[in-house]
Amino acid sequence: MTGTAKNSAGTAEGVSRRAVLTGSLAGGFLLAFHLPVRAVNEPVEPPDATEGKFAPNAFIRIDAAGKTTLVMPQVEMGQGIYTAVAMILAEELDADFSSIALEHAPANEKLYANPAFGIQATGGSTSVRAFWKPLRSAGASARAMLVQAAAKQWEVDPKSCTAASGEVMHAESGRKLSYGALAGAAGTETPPKDVALKDPKDFVLIGKPLKRFDTPDKVNGKTVYGIDAMLPDMKFATLSACPVFGGKVGTVDDSAARKIPGVRNIVVLDDLVAVVGDHMWAAKKGLDALVVSWNEGASAQISSKDIWDNLRAASAKDGVVAKSVGDIAKGLATGDKLEAAYELPFLAHATMEPLNCTVHVKPDSCEIWTGTQIMARVQSEAAKAAGLPADKVTVHNHLIGGGFGRRLEPDMVVAAVRIAKQVDGPVKVVWTREEDVQHDIYRPVYRDTIAATLSDGKIFGWKYRVAGASILARWLPPAFQKGIDIDAVDSAVDMPYDIPNFQVEYVRAEPPAVPTGFWRGVGPNNNVFAIECFMDELARKAGKDPIAFRREMLGKNPRLKAALDLAAEKSGWGQPLPARVGRGVCAQPSFASFIATVVEAEVDEQGEVHLRRVTTAVDTGIAVNPDTIVAQLEGGLIFGLTAALYGEITIEKGRVQQSNFHDYRMLRIDQAPKIEVHLIKSGEAPGGIGETGVTAGPPALRNAIYAATGVALRRLPIDRSLISAGKKA
Amino acid sequence: MTTTLTINGEQKSFEAPDDMPLLWVLRDLIGMTGTKFGCGIAQCGACTVHIDGKPVRSCMLPVGAVQGRAVTTIEGIGASSAGARVQKAWLDLEVVQCGYCQSGQIMAAAALLATTPNPDDSDIDAAMAGNICRCGTYIRIRAAIKQAASQRGS
Repeated sequence: MTGTAKNSAGTAEGVSRRAVLTGSLAGGFLLAFHLPVRAVNEPVEPPDATEGKFAPNAFIRIDAAGKTTLVMPQVEMGQGIYTAVAMILAEELDADFSSIALEHAPANEKLYANPAFGIQATGGSTSVRAFWKPLRSAGASARAMLVQAAAKQWEVDPKSCTAASGEVMHAESGRKLSYGALAGAAGTETPPKDVALKDPKDFVLIGKPLKRFDTPDKVNGKTVYGIDAMLPDMKFATLSACPVFGGKVGTVDDSAARKIPGVRNIVVLDDLVAVVGDHMWAAKKGLDALVVSWNEGASAQISSKDIWDNLRAASAKDGVVAKSVGDIAKGLATGDKLEAAYELPFLAHATMEPLNCTVHVKPDSCEIWTGTQIMARVQSEAAKAAGLPADKVTVHNHLIGGGFGRRLEPDMVVAAVRIAKQVDGPVKVVWTREEDVQHDIYRPVYRDTIAATLSDGKIFGWKYRVAGASILARWLPPAFQKGIDIDAVDSAVDMPYDIPNFQVEYVRAEPPAVPTGFWRGVGPNNNVFAIECFMDELARKAGKDPIAFRREMLGKNPRLKAALDLAAEKSGWGQPLPARVGRGVCAQPSFASFIATVVEAEVDEQGEVHLRRVTTAVDTGIAVNPDTIVAQLEGGLIFGLTAALYGEITIEKGRVQQSNFHDYRMLRIDQAPKIEVHLIKSGEAPGGIGETGVTAGPPALRNAIYAATGVALRRLPIDRSLISAGKKA
Repeated sequence: MTTTLTINGEQKSFEAPDDMPLLWVLRDLIGMTGTKFGCGIAQCGACTVHIDGKPVRSCMLPVGAVQGRAVTTIEGIGASSAGARVQKAWLDLEVVQCGYCQSGQIMAAAALLATTPNPDDSDIDAAMAGNICRCGTYIRIRAAIKQAASQRGS
């Protein structure tokens, strides 16, 4: 695998992506929106003219020696996508999987746009879903051209030839040719108009738990993440932005900082200061020695209390109707009524690799080394900051030390470019953990209110209002239509339960000052939490077992019902438990996957929560790399449970109060539960998986606490004082 | 001032202020970037290296305090039996996701196996609780340590 991005145009052909929008994304919010997706079959760059090289489309290159290079349109940040993408391409290409090389895609929105968004972005658990058909078509089309080239050479019918492991064979005559030997000729073949894809029963790679391409170098220190970029004569910088959101630099006294050995330069911009040195230590000591007075500005009096007061007031008002079924007025007028409001805090991403970006600004060009989920947007934003045309900016992407949505933003690149403009030569800008936590783009606060009625033990009416920031309105404006953020209500409108009278509303409520963005689990985080917590409260009111209550209303959702049944069986649902130990369930059809999760937890006398066991059953359609799916669920559950137990960013005087892992806690190995993941075999198109564990963990844990203590928590993170011994429901 | 360290068996000399943490010496002066910066306050373990075989957080360890001592980093841990077994188990069980914390995890696990050849769950908890993994690979880390322990002498 190469550590830097290379250009890899190729004459693209025959892969229509438009159909994907309505096909493989069913179940995700993007189904509703036909974003402008550029076809991949336009030759947008000069074709790769290297002699003897076969470059049939943006994803595949085969050289005369047979070396097959696959270009990765989606970025690898731990989710295993490089291996999954390679498997999908190689499956239809019939490539020799053992000799494949992978390359990061360069910044190129035309060739590498994610069909789900219309821009070059990795997020929303869309990679496999959105690229499933385009990549299969790309592989199959290239294979067909190689077969045509061989058939022509042998003067036989292409239909009489087969391909496997990087060779075309003609069984009748016993002849075979390697892809390398055919590469030059295949490049002159016309791509087929409609190429047949393999029957899934013929898959030789897809469905096998294959070893990942990216992991061997991650266990010996060889992997070069963005933060590891090293260049000749490079300087090192670290920065401090105004601690109050939106504040500006007032005065700076740098006399002490300049005396620190190794400090080379002090950069003062309108909103931040940075110290440039021979190494990070000099930069950091220099920064600590700067005396800065800030003009804190209008946000200096904002606190979490104000933000919650505003959000609660906003959520009391009617929203824009995002979905309506039946007659909601009738639905809420009949039967036993229950209402609840659920509140979710700001969260930081806290990727293990702190924010960083290395930049070399030259008079007429700019080079960038970083790890990003948005290659092309980083290129264009860096160009703006550098005052250069986009084509003068080269972005070298890297394997990413945790994305979780943080690297769907370009702010760190923009800041680094602005600093680098003041530096002669390349400079690596590294955020301290404190700066990373206090200048994140946070998961928004949400307040979700649900009112529902029960009739004959089933839900008759359900009115659900989501109130919170619209990330899409800022991040992908074409997707924000008619006042509805389709991400914020994604799993609210995708209701799995049979409810005759049903309405979802959205209230856009932007918190003052605090910037908000995507966080692993995105919209379904708030929806799945509110729905699944409320389902347990309704089950209790109906006097029913939480799983039995859900099952009865899953008539139209056999895949989720099957997952629920399997989770119930494997978790030992219903078997007796000690005092203050409970099991809680979450069922969700999110990201086009169907997942049921049971958490077993103990609440001790002090209200401390001990995770005992998590059982999850998942139908994610065709499992491209089953071991990766299991790993994503294990990790996603830990990520979500971490947030449920500890995650909250609070604001006081316009500043974030948390700063590092001592006060923004993470779950550690000694608190990690046993986790069992059970995959359900399926022939359906693949669903998303990277975020499903994140959304499953918090409601299942909350419902386990509800079962153990009788206390219906309605706010995260879990408040120990409400569930210690002696507290009554 | 000139400092000399033995890093993965090789003598390295460099100019560094005494108070400079070993982490930044390794990364920024010597260019050994396998050891990671995570928090800077010894809370996450991403920067774990061995000094004379014992795991330490290099982000808060002044280089002046380890003058002349033997440093082992992720780039060299595979030369030890425990380190090689841990690396192999990590791959066999496909522990790694983003991988950024795994240098530190592997260094902590190798140090554990060097002193406690057959660790039980509580030994693993005690040795590994200082290492945060944001991808949540703990389940597989636990299993891989046990597998690495079982491969001893093979």
